[in-house]
Formats: sequence, structure tokens, C-alpha cells
Amino acid sequence: MTRKLLNSQSLSILVILCLFVLMFGYGSFAYTGFFSVQNFFNLFIDNAYLLILAVGMTFVIISGGIDLSVGSMLGLGTMLASSLVEKQHLNPLLVILIVVGFGTALGFFMGCLIQLFDLPPFIITLAGYYLARGLCYVVSIDTIGINNAFFQSAAHSQIKLIGNNFVSPSAVIAIVVVLAGAYILRFTRFGRTVYAIGGNEQSALLMGLPVGRTKIMIYSLSGFCAGLGGVVFTFYTLSGYALDGKGMELDAIASVVIGGTLLTGGAGSILGTVLGVLVYGTIQVLIVFQGTLNSWWTRIVIGFLVFLFCFLQRIFEARKSATAVRGVSQASAPTPPGAALQH
Amino acid sequence: MPSASSLSRNKLVWPLAALACLLIFNFFFTPHFFHIEVKEGHLYGNLIDIIKNAGPIMLLAIGLTLVIATKGIDISVGSVVAISAGVVAIMLGGDLGGVPRHPLSVALVTAVLAATAAGAWNGILVSRIGLQPIIATLILFVAGRGIAMVLTNAMVIWLYVKPFAIFGQGYLFGLPFSIYMVVGLLLVTWLLTRRTAIGMFIESVGINPTAARFSGINAKNILLGVYVFSGFCAGLSGLVVCSTVMSADGNNAGNLYELDAILAVVLGGTSLNGGKFYLLGSMVGALIIQTLTTTIYAFNVAPEISQVVKAFVVYGVSLLQSERFRRRIAGVFVKRGAVA
Repeated sequence: MTRKLLNSQSLSILVILCLFVLMFGYGSFAYTGFFSVQNFFNLFIDNAYLLILAVGMTFVIISGGIDLSVGSMLGLGTMLASSLVEKQHLNPLLVILIVVGFGTALGFFMGCLIQLFDLPPFIITLAGYYLARGLCYVVSIDTIGINNAFFQSAAHSQIKLIGNNFVSPSAVIAIVVVLAGAYILRFTRFGRTVYAIGGNEQSALLMGLPVGRTKIMIYSLSGFCAGLGGVVFTFYTLSGYALDGKGMELDAIASVVIGGTLLTGGAGSILGTVLGVLVYGTIQVLIVFQGTLNSWWTRIVIGFLVFLFCFLQRIFEARKSATAVRGVSQASAPTPPGAALQH
Repeated sequence: MPSASSLSRNKLVWPLAALACLLIFNFFFTPHFFHIEVKEGHLYGNLIDIIKNAGPIMLLAIGLTLVIATKGIDISVGSVVAISAGVVAIMLGGDLGGVPRHPLSVALVTAVLAATAAGAWNGILVSRIGLQPIIATLILFVAGRGIAMVLTNAMVIWLYVKPFAIFGQGYLFGLPFSIYMVVGLLLVTWLLTRRTAIGMFIESVGINPTAARFSGINAKNILLGVYVFSGFCAGLSGLVVCSTVMSADGNNAGNLYELDAILAVVLGGTSLNGGKFYLLGSMVGALIIQTLTTTIYAFNVAPEISQVVKAFVVYGVSLLQSERFRRRIAGVFVKRGAVA
């Protein structure tokens, strides 16, 4: 049973990896100047914030929840950072701490509501979405540009890697978050509890796992990632704008789903999520290189990919439950009814 | 069923009380809030504005009430509004002289059909492929706005076809035309769900799909039906939205409407856990949201900040719906009582 699950998991990662290689390969053949190591690095540079959001989202979705507030929280992060640095002239490092702390606090608050009062994550994080976006306008209605030296250098400095190729500090932060996320999810007690809650919350509770604490920590972690994503996005745009990150929660969810994480919870991986974000970035670059297509095609293609991957997941699930049913009926027990409608 | 109807009346009490509180607050603190006069042959005033502006959300909320009653959700309605607006704009064309490219009736029917087809896509994903509703509709939420933008070639299409303006700006017997659309749709929906067994089927699917199936209800078709209907409602709402500004902006038309409409349904007493649904409650919920927005405008607060208030309304309402919260509050009162 575990081996079968592992197989379907590694299969979905294999599919997404092939898709990425195919897309990147197609671009390399079709357009001159597409294939370069730098272009690959650019995927990390241009999608650093999305990568960070998606890591937090992976934890939430594996636990069977959802967090719709991350896009707004990212926007609030850029507003807070730019306003505190430019208007209050605070120390940039202190500002980063405040922004990340604020994101974590909002996540903690939502996690508490969800856990303590047994409220649906969808609604509570939806309210968080409103709250963070509204607070953006409380900070300022206008765009705030950043001239601070620290932020400028963070935005413009390049870290040379192989040859003349470079990555930005934001990309480095994103990669550190990815590695830390992968380690936590795979090797810590907290990470394994996340899987257990997503698999079956009742069982996790009966096994004596700290379900409540873990759930609150999951949403805090997602809030932390959203705050950090806001900081990184500020490095990217060097400004704060109240509409920053609009719809980004769905980009993050889409990347996670494309990366093979089950929306019903219990299965998924950070590696898949990273590949999901890379596929997302590659589609955007391909559409830019193609030149004539409207950039809105990105959203249509992403929508189609989400459909495709959900559809494949359903087929795997159906096959798994079919074998399970066969196993049970061989043991001459009644077949569980309505397998198709239960989720 | 006298017991069911009295229950529904009970359920209506809370949203009505909230609306009344808002109105009383405005009575004391917002000058001229209740002032209504006749201008250019129709009624004019804050209250009329609230009814008029709530129209698109009310239309969406009617469809969403049925979806939520089946324990589903449709987050794609805002994008479908954009699709419907885009289709009607293309069909009418941006001719400055106001000559429609296709007859108005053809344009209207095509737009609503396109939206209904979008709803059917959601319904097939949920009922036949078995995706979770939030994910199934997420697909169109993401792609729908892209489709609307591609349809209109990422440009805002301005319309000059005079008769089309009636949906968003017109008046009939002194009242905004859109309110007649809302009342008409509400009446038809109420008759269909309360005077036939369909309403009970929908509720039973929401409470326990397996049991519903075993009692002979075609749960799959009920699910398909509510999503198709939700798409249809979004199509009508798109017409009103497009007509109000006489333009189709794929990026902004219907933006965030899904959230307002879901909030309206939840405020109206329909639980997100499916089961019993309250169409009238949803209408009151939409009015509460619009009154709140108008109140905030009246206080010269930036309209965007109203989202903070909305957030706390959502927190408050969900806490009230939470059994655990109610038990805790009750516990506090019992303890206090014991001490005293």
C-alpha cells in the first residue's frame, strides 16, 4: 500500500519533470537565445516570491487545508516594507523582521480560529484575504518607491555562479526556503504530522499526535512564507503597491497542484512544487518569446494544466479505490458504497 | 410544511436584524440616508442606490445558494461574469453610432449561453469526474479571466448601443430595472425548489450524497444542475455589470464578486457544510454587504478599506456559526452565573 502510494507520487513527479524538460526543450529548439544556463537561473530569479509562497502552500495543502490569504499578505508585505523604510526610515533589517513577523502573526491568528473554533479554512483565509488587502490601503493608497541603499543593493546585486551566469539574492533566499521546507516536511516530527493530518485527521488525533498545535503552526508557516515573499517581491519591484500579488494565491495553489500534491491532503512534496513553479515560469517565458500571443494565455494554459493534473489524480485515485474494493470483497466483506462521491 | 417555513423565518431573523442595525446606525449618523426623491421620472436616493448596486451580487447569490446547499462552492462566478460581459460586448461591437453588430436579443442570449456553458463545465468536473468543487471551479477562476481577456483582445470595449443600457442603468415604474431581474429569477428559483421536490433533492445531496443516491435521487444530475444554474445566474449578472458601465473590461468586470456573493449566502444563514438553504436570506445578505459598503462611502473612507470591515464581518459570522464557539461562550456565561 505505501509502496503503491510512493509509486503514484514519484510517477506524478516524473510526469511534471518530463513536462518541464519538454517545454524547456521546445523553447530551446523553437527560439534562438532561449536555451542558456542564465535563462534557467532566471526562472528562479523571476519566480523567487512564487517559490516561497508555494512552499508554505504545500504544507497547508498536504494537511488538507487551503490558504487564500497569501497573495494579499504578499501585497501587504510590500506596502509595509516600503512604507516603513521610506516614510519611517527604520533599519531595513528591522523592517524585514517586522514584515515577516506580521505575516506569521496573521497566519497564527487564522490558524487559531480554524483550529480552536473548528471553522473552515476556506472562509477564514478568505477573510484574511480581505483583511490583508484592506490593510494595504490603510498603509497607503499610492505606490511607494524605495530608494533605500540596502534594498537597492539587494535588488541589483548579482551572485556569480558558473561562468558569467548569476542569481539574485532573492533567488538564494527562495532556494534556502525550498531546502528548509523540504527538510522540515521530510525529516522532522512536525513535517510527518502534517502528512498524518492530511491523511486522516481523526486517526492522527487518535495516534496521539499534536494535531491542534501542528495545524496552527502550518498556517503560521504559510503566513511566514507570505511575509517573506512580500520582502522578496519588494526586492524585485523596489516599490510597494496595494495591488501587488493580486491573484497570486491561485498561482501558488496551481503550482502546488501541478506539482502533484493531492488537494485532498496526505500526499505531496516540495520537489514537485518546485517543478510546478518552474513549469509555470517556463510557460510565461515561452509566451514572451512567442511574441504574438497575449500574456493572458498564461492563465488559460495554467488553468488547463490544473485541470489535466487534477484529472490524472482522479484517475489514480479511482484505480486505487478500485483495487481496494477488490481487496475487500475478496475478504468477503461488503463493498463500500459511493466510493466515487466520497472526498 | 409549516415547521420548515417557521424555521426559515427564524433563520431570516438574524440577517434581518443585522440589516436593521446597519440602517438604524445610518439613520442616526448619515445625513440624508433615507431621503428619497423623484428625479427624471424615477426614484432617487441612497436606499435605491443600494438596491441597484446589490443587483449583480444578488443574481450571483441566487445561483450560489443552491451550489452551497449541495456542500459545494463556485469560486468561478466572478470570472464567468467577465466572460458574459466580454461576449455581449463582442456581439454588440463598439460602433460609435450605436448600431449593434448583431441584434440585441441574439447578443444577450449568446452571452448567457456562454456563461451557462461555463457552468456546465464546472458541473461536469464536479459531478462526473468527481473533483472537489473548490478545485473544479478554481480552474475556470484562473482560466476564465484569461478567456475574457483573450476574447476582448485585452482591450476595454466601450458600448454605445442605447437599448442595452436598460439592464444596468434603466428604470421601470420608478425602480431600477435590475431589481425586476432579481425578483423574477428569485421567484422562478423559489417555485422550482420549494413547490417541487428539487429543493429537497438539493438539500439531501448536501447533507449526505450517498444516502441521497440510495434513496433514488440522481445525485450526479442534481450536482450538474446546480452548477449549470450558477453559470446561468453569472451570465445574467454579467449583462447587468456590463450594462452599468457600458463597457467590458475583462480584467475588472466581476472582480472579487465571488467573494461578495459567497459572503452574502453565508450571511443569509446557509451553511457552507451544505443542507438547508435560504434564498431570501442570501438576498438580505447581499443587501447587508451593499449597505455596509454604502455606509463606508458615506463616511468618506477609501472604498478599498471597506475590505477590512468585511473581513471582521466574516470572522464574526463564522464564529457565530461555529458550534464550538457557541458552546465556549455559553460555558463562560454559565460559570459567571455560578459565581454570582
